Amino acid sequence: MFKEFIKGNEAIAKAAALAGCTQYYGYPITPSSEIIHAVADYFPKFGGTFVQAESEVAAINMAFGAAACGKRVMTASSSPGISLKQEGVSYLAGAELPCVIIDIMRAGPGLGNIWPEQGDYHQIVKGGGHGNYKTIVLAPNSPQEMCDFTILAFELAEKYRGPVYVLSDAYTGQVMEPVIFPDEVKKEKRQDWAIYGDKESSGNVVYSIQMNTVEQEKVNLRLDKKYREIEKCEARYEEYLVDDAEMIVVSYGISSRIAHSAVDSLREEGFKVGMFTPKTLWPYPVNRLKQLSEKCRSFAVLELSNGQMVEDVRLTVEGKRPVDFYGRMGGAIPSQEEVIGVFKDFYNKY
Amino acid sequence: MGKILKRPKGFFETFDRKPGTDQRVTHYCPGCGHGRVHKLLAEAMEELEVIDRSIFISPVGCSVFGFYYFNCGNIQAAHGRAPAVATAASRSNPDSIVICYQGDGDLAAIGTAEILHAANRGENMTVIFVNNAIYGMTGGQMAPTTLEGQITATTPLGRDLANEGYPMRMAEIISQLHAPVYVAREAVSDVKSVMKAKRSIRKAMQSQKDHKGFSFVEILATCPTGWKLDPIESIQYIEKEMKEQFPIKVFKDVISEREPKAKHYPSTKKEDIFAAVNLVENVDLFPRDQEFIDNFSEQRFRIAGFGGQGVLMAGTTLAYLAMEHGLETTWLPSYGPEMRGGTANCHVILSNKKIGAPMVETPNVLIALNLPSYDQFEPLLESGGLILVNSSIIERENKRDDVTTLRIPMNEIAESCGVRAAANMAALSAYLTYSKLMKIDRLVTLIKHNFKKRDLIDKNIAVIEKASEYVTKHYL
Ligand SMILES: Cc1ncc(C[n+]2csc(CCOP(=O)(O)OP(=O)(O)O)c2C)c(N)n1
Ligand code: SF4
Repeated sequence: MFKEFIKGNEAIAKAAALAGCTQYYGYPITPSSEIIHAVADYFPKFGGTFVQAESEVAAINMAFGAAACGKRVMTASSSPGISLKQEGVSYLAGAELPCVIIDIMRAGPGLGNIWPEQGDYHQIVKGGGHGNYKTIVLAPNSPQEMCDFTILAFELAEKYRGPVYVLSDAYTGQVMEPVIFPDEVKKEKRQDWAIYGDKESSGNVVYSIQMNTVEQEKVNLRLDKKYREIEKCEARYEEYLVDDAEMIVVSYGISSRIAHSAVDSLREEGFKVGMFTPKTLWPYPVNRLKQLSEKCRSFAVLELSNGQMVEDVRLTVEGKRPVDFYGRMGGAIPSQEEVIGVFKDFYNKY
Repeated sequence: MGKILKRPKGFFETFDRKPGTDQRVTHYCPGCGHGRVHKLLAEAMEELEVIDRSIFISPVGCSVFGFYYFNCGNIQAAHGRAPAVATAASRSNPDSIVICYQGDGDLAAIGTAEILHAANRGENMTVIFVNNAIYGMTGGQMAPTTLEGQITATTPLGRDLANEGYPMRMAEIISQLHAPVYVAREAVSDVKSVMKAKRSIRKAMQSQKDHKGFSFVEILATCPTGWKLDPIESIQYIEKEMKEQFPIKVFKDVISEREPKAKHYPSTKKEDIFAAVNLVENVDLFPRDQEFIDNFSEQRFRIAGFGGQGVLMAGTTLAYLAMEHGLETTWLPSYGPEMRGGTANCHVILSNKKIGAPMVETPNVLIALNLPSYDQFEPLLESGGLILVNSSIIERENKRDDVTTLRIPMNEIAESCGVRAAANMAALSAYLTYSKLMKIDRLVTLIKHNFKKRDLIDKNIAVIEKASEYVTKHYL
């Protein structure tokens, strides 16, 4: 068994190599930098490519180039850097290129600070770049999931030919926990659409420009069809104590760890609370959440934001159940006492 | 001019990717310099026998549709980012010929950072920089290379140097960097200059074939549409106006002096990758003791002190020990600005259940290695908890009497064994001995397993034993 006590960020770097990723382009930013440090150490040792780019804009466009050449490629950053990458993400989506992008969220807007926040939900889950596209977004809440979801991200990116995000936060990146790594290395496959600089692939072209409205709409419709397929097949979630729950707490990433402790305490006091933790933020696990809304009385959403994911919960339950929200920002982490108090108030409202 | 008479093999026979009716001609305006440059490139590809190995990067600009024409792998990049895309294309395919084709808006305005850094890294690529002193595609706006007084859509009174700055001489700028091997400026105006331009392009591509690195060929080219001149007048404009600002010259040629750059191919062997990422098969340090796990009650630590006292490592060691005993564990460090001013602290949780929040708000154990940490964290401790104080440097008495406070001279113990830095081990040993969580030989086993230096192992073991004796003597 390959078990390590390891930081979330470092688990991502190791997992990428095991997923068959051979190229990494990035620009340093706290609290994501352990990833670039680790990759700079590991990748050259097996002949992989590591470049510290001149900016996040350059990094994502290098990733675009590598993806166009059929390489498994990753780039990582934190919120301000992700804002810069959005141009490239839109191009990746338009040209249908697989690429794994890691966002270790920090507080904002602007330069903000380096403490954990979940204020990038809208930017990542709802688009961020221009045009009609969607990106699969995986939301780990532990170093083990940082590993597992990074590997999964490469699979999904290749399967659906598009950029896939792993959306995490400063604490999940910094925290160390035991992680079991898989005992295998995934192999890159030759892609029939990619550019290899040889005769066989010389007829291939990667682009996102369309000459006219007819051609562009055809592409949009094709992409849309793919997105519907992803919505049908790839929604992932975890649930905890939902069977008899009167109130279900919905949260993701580090918030779900905070919520987990609070739910345990509330259960000890006899409150019938449960938890629903989306693991994919797009596609959002709407079907299961809808089912749960038939059973429970209300939902409580906890985020380190001004209320972003809560919009998806409200859209899903379509007003059939009340959805309360509690959030902290600026890198502030709510205390257990605080969260438990808020949840009790929400619980007792109905 | 749109018509290409003798078609070099670097071009497709017919331009099937191009929409519309006439797929034998390009989409460029009559008299456009792009068509001429394309032809030179296609000829060079054929003559150097690299058509199949070529990867053509189209920019955003009038040449965005380069992929209609070149009979090789094609990638269309975002505006100004062609050198970044080309960087990865070249590294992905070390044996390919990567042609990074850019206009003056693309290269000298929006993509300034990308071109400078690709050049500075000496990426193995050939940059073809088509300088037509204007933005052709978007309707004739000013480019960084627009001449003084030149009228464009955004300089209706002519480029005013005081307001818009000076025409940028990119070849000169690039030639100042160390890495590029070949930097030249050419023109495609009269027959003679076209021939010369072709020689430069060939030279650049040959150098790339020999893996010598980065070459940059700037080419003064016509844009009759943007300039509002006819094709003949446009050629005169290059000759009379542009060449004055942009001298035709080889600025740098060090191809023969440079060694070929190394090519890298990634290994796909499992053992190589596992070795590179330092993944080694686990050895079970201790037999699994289910009873120990089942009876374990959650421990929540804050460990704090000066940077350099091994605070973070005390935490990881404790967590590692717990992991090896089959427990759940998490460790969260202070980081960033928190670390400035020389203090460090970490949160550690050991549990037999899945751990929720990794933050420890109310610790039941505090290890305080210096006074500021003692002051900061003593009030947070859960009633009935345990504090281990480094009495070597903390003199004050405890303020809380609802918790147990052990005063251990951690520095003295460590120093007496010859390792000042091992105060953290003294703390861990003291904790394990007092709490009876596990025998200290478990810690010793772990140290032997994790530490590399024999001498350090022995000294740390001495610290562990001494601290344990101290606790036994004074507190048990
Ligand atoms: C991000 C972005 N900004 C602006 C544009 C609009 N745009 C397209 S081409 C171009 C300038 C092209 O000029 P140049 O690079 O000189 O090429 P030319 O058309 O003259 O060959 C601009 C500003 C764009 N496509 N993308
Ligand atoms: S606008 Fe200028 S650069 Fe563009 S195709 Fe016409 S002549 Fe060429």
